[in-house]
Amino acid sequence: MKKILSKPESLKNAVLSYCPGCGHGIIHRLAAECIDELGVREKTIAVAPVGCAVFAYDYFNFDVTEAPHGRPPAIATGIKRTNPDKFVFTYQGDGDIAAIGMAETIHAANRSENITIIFVNNANYGMTGGQMAPTTLIGQVTETTPFGRNPEREGYPIKLCELLSTLEGTTYLERVAIYNPQNIIKAKKAIKRAFQCQIDGKGFSLVEVISNCPVDWGMTPLDSIKWVEETFIKSFPLGTVKDKINSII
Amino acid sequence: MTKKLVKGNIALCEGAITAGLKSYFGYPITPQNEIPSYFSRKMVELGRVFIQAESEIAAVSMVLGAAVTGTRAMTSSSSPGISLKQEAISYMAGMQVPALIVNVQRGGPGLGNISSSQSDYFQAVKGGGHGDYKIIVIAPNSAQEMYEAAYDAFDLAEKYRTPVMILADGIIGQMMEPIEFNRPEKKEFKEKEWILNGCKGREPRSIKSLLMKDGVLEKHNVKLQEKYKLISENEVKYELYMTEDAEIIITAYGISSRIAKSAVKLARKNGIKAGLLRPKTLWPFPSEIISSFAKPNVKFLSVELSHGQMVEDVRLAVNGRSSVEFLGKAGGGLVTEQEIIKKIQSKV
Ligand SMILES: Cc1ncc(C[n+]2csc(CCOP(=O)(O)OP(=O)(O)O)c2C)c(N)n1
Ligand code: SF4
Ligand SMILES: [Mg+2]
Repeated sequence: MKKILSKPESLKNAVLSYCPGCGHGIIHRLAAECIDELGVREKTIAVAPVGCAVFAYDYFNFDVTEAPHGRPPAIATGIKRTNPDKFVFTYQGDGDIAAIGMAETIHAANRSENITIIFVNNANYGMTGGQMAPTTLIGQVTETTPFGRNPEREGYPIKLCELLSTLEGTTYLERVAIYNPQNIIKAKKAIKRAFQCQIDGKGFSLVEVISNCPVDWGMTPLDSIKWVEETFIKSFPLGTVKDKINSII
Repeated sequence: MTKKLVKGNIALCEGAITAGLKSYFGYPITPQNEIPSYFSRKMVELGRVFIQAESEIAAVSMVLGAAVTGTRAMTSSSSPGISLKQEAISYMAGMQVPALIVNVQRGGPGLGNISSSQSDYFQAVKGGGHGDYKIIVIAPNSAQEMYEAAYDAFDLAEKYRTPVMILADGIIGQMMEPIEFNRPEKKEFKEKEWILNGCKGREPRSIKSLLMKDGVLEKHNVKLQEKYKLISENEVKYELYMTEDAEIIITAYGISSRIAKSAVKLARKNGIKAGLLRPKTLWPFPSEIISSFAKPNVKFLSVELSHGQMVEDVRLAVNGRSSVEFLGKAGGGLVTEQEIIKKIQSKV
């Protein structure tokens, strides 16, 4: 019998601590598969965030460093500039990347650091119990927006890809989702393209993955998937936001 | 060896470069601007890494990133910027990552002013950030020592896998003095078994301070404390000047120690048996030697550009066996020799 599906080598044989139905597990797998397929596992140095993915080093089967909350883009900068031959990516949540770490994100992008960011947008702070995130939708109820996010009080959801697209330093920015198989396939393609962008030395790439957080959204996994499809991606349209990979030689 | 006239801040840069500094990350703030400025040219010419970061937080985080790969990395700043760096310093202490952080102190609190100051002593030697940790703190008092401290800091940091801080002040940083470049160019580095450089031919590694499993953090903290004990036993450095028969021993570091030394000379001319004990490391602190001098007929006087910080450690070391006086000011002028003499005369 031929084995046609197995765990990627880039994932350890560990039990993930994510809640049932959480999107993080799928996104880990996609990143791991891409790293395997691109053959860069042994030269990868990844940066874990502070957020639900804080234990990423227990799941990924390559070198991973911890980072203070929001600082992964700066840490990845330090790693990559001193080791340009290594493959460097960060894995970050919306709070990590677009609230406390916004300055680090914008400036790493603006310097066109040759790194990749996998940005998991789940519209709230998963790890701390479901508070408002910079990406929380208008009207969305969270632990700290009990009346629903009101732009007059809490401002508007930040569309990071669009924001970064105005910077000349960014090369590839794409928003994808993982709520059904077609989108998972697209998400994997985008992650691989972003990784390849770095391997080819073409500068800053970021893939925003619209994910689900059933536990903190107070939904069943199925309902959370439905909410992504019917509500979440209406505010965060999927697709390529910027791609100048082919114009860089 | 021929001597060259340079500013303390530049001497420090040269010491770090000679020690094999691979990357520097900084953010402008007076009175340390010569450092990023010098590195911005020199590091690029040498094919090494220089980045002017978007903030001190980013700069020190870049240092953390470069340092987990086992390369020599540093940042520098002055007081308000050092407050911002405390986050990553605490992480590096917990993650056991070696790196160099330079604080060319200015006046505080808040934005303070750019006068020479020594009011970040507590922040430097008592931890500074959150958690139970210490970092090695070196206090140079000349351009020559700025050069040597920067060079030696990396060996120390790597030996103990800890951040090291050079605590200087505006005058030591700005003062031009002849120095001897007396350290050899560091070209070979010991292989490190903990670094992240890709898992080729070995198991993947991670470097972290988050230790959630039952009892693991407690054990880790005990391990850190054992390391700090070892550092305290081996790495204390100080200078003694005319202390053998001294009836009054001045304790001072950095710029204050230069003034204190002149005051000791002046006092001796006037028949006062004064001496100087200068800590060259502020942590670990030379408590033992201070303690050995403490007896009823010997008095101590701590001279600082603060309102009394190091004096607390002198008192702890003396432990009531001598009287300990304090003379200092912060946020403006220097303590003068005459002020020191006056204080001594009122006490002897
Ligand atoms: C300096 C600091 N502030 C706050 C926290 C608490 N904290 C931990 S995770 C987190 C938010 C994480 O949210 P996000 O980045 O969206 O990741 P998610 O858990 O949703 O995947 C916060 C605020 C912290 N660890 N450090
Ligand atoms: S809290 Fe949300 S994001 Fe975090 S593991 Fe649970 S479902 Fe996933
Ligand atoms: Mg989140």
